[in-house]
Amino acid sequence: MIDLVVFLTLLALGYGFGRYAESRHYKSIIEREKTLRRIPAVAQKFPPVTTKPYRTELVTGSVVISVDYFKRFLSSLRNIIGGRVKAYETLLDRARREAILRMKEQADELGADMVFNIKLETSSIYKGKKNSVGSVEVLAYGTALIP
Amino acid sequence: MLVTNVEIIPGKRVTKHMGLVQGSSVRAKHVGRDIMASLKNIFGGELKGYTELLQESREEAVNRMIEQAHAVGANAVLNVRFSTSSVAAGAAELFAYGTAVVLE
Repeated sequence: MIDLVVFLTLLALGYGFGRYAESRHYKSIIEREKTLRRIPAVAQKFPPVTTKPYRTELVTGSVVISVDYFKRFLSSLRNIIGGRVKAYETLLDRARREAILRMKEQADELGADMVFNIKLETSSIYKGKKNSVGSVEVLAYGTALIP
Repeated sequence: MLVTNVEIIPGKRVTKHMGLVQGSSVRAKHVGRDIMASLKNIFGGELKGYTELLQESREEAVNRMIEQAHAVGANAVLNVRFSTSSVAAGAAELFAYGTAVVLE
């Protein structure tokens, strides 16, 4: 009985705080993406051909984000039925966008025009019970073009 | 020391190729952080302690790579790549590698 109460409390806490954290995070991501839109981040390997002199610098951004209890429970249900695991899709989407934003912020501080040759690296670093995914780390790195 | 993830630096010629250089670092956080992380696993959200930890150890890995490049007499490391893997619960390995070259 007590186990059930604890489980339901955790579920409710995860649902409440998790939703709140996610919506707040998305809001801040969208806002910062707007302000940093002047720095394009592209995956092409070589810088555009210009005659202006410039220097280059390696910029990185990383973030570790954890999924909440409720979503982890949902995804374990999904594992039975199969199909898209939306809970983890939004987790990875948030992590990638945040990492790219942090990289762009670093480029912005250097006064860069653009960031090219972007690579993204994802790894799950914290395994929860039964080897379920606890949290993911995303690293974004690229070369900033500074005029 | 120039560290970059492009293969060709515009306007500069590679005069000597020194081969692969690498640096890695394995780190774990103290128990307090791990407890915080397991709490965050209920609520969801960013694990700031772990972000910091990984950033620090990535810098360490890059520094070790640079040291190695110095040792072979290079003045730049091109085509740098990063990779992360978890080796044990609460510990992660950060690995950085690149090509050491001498630029004119």
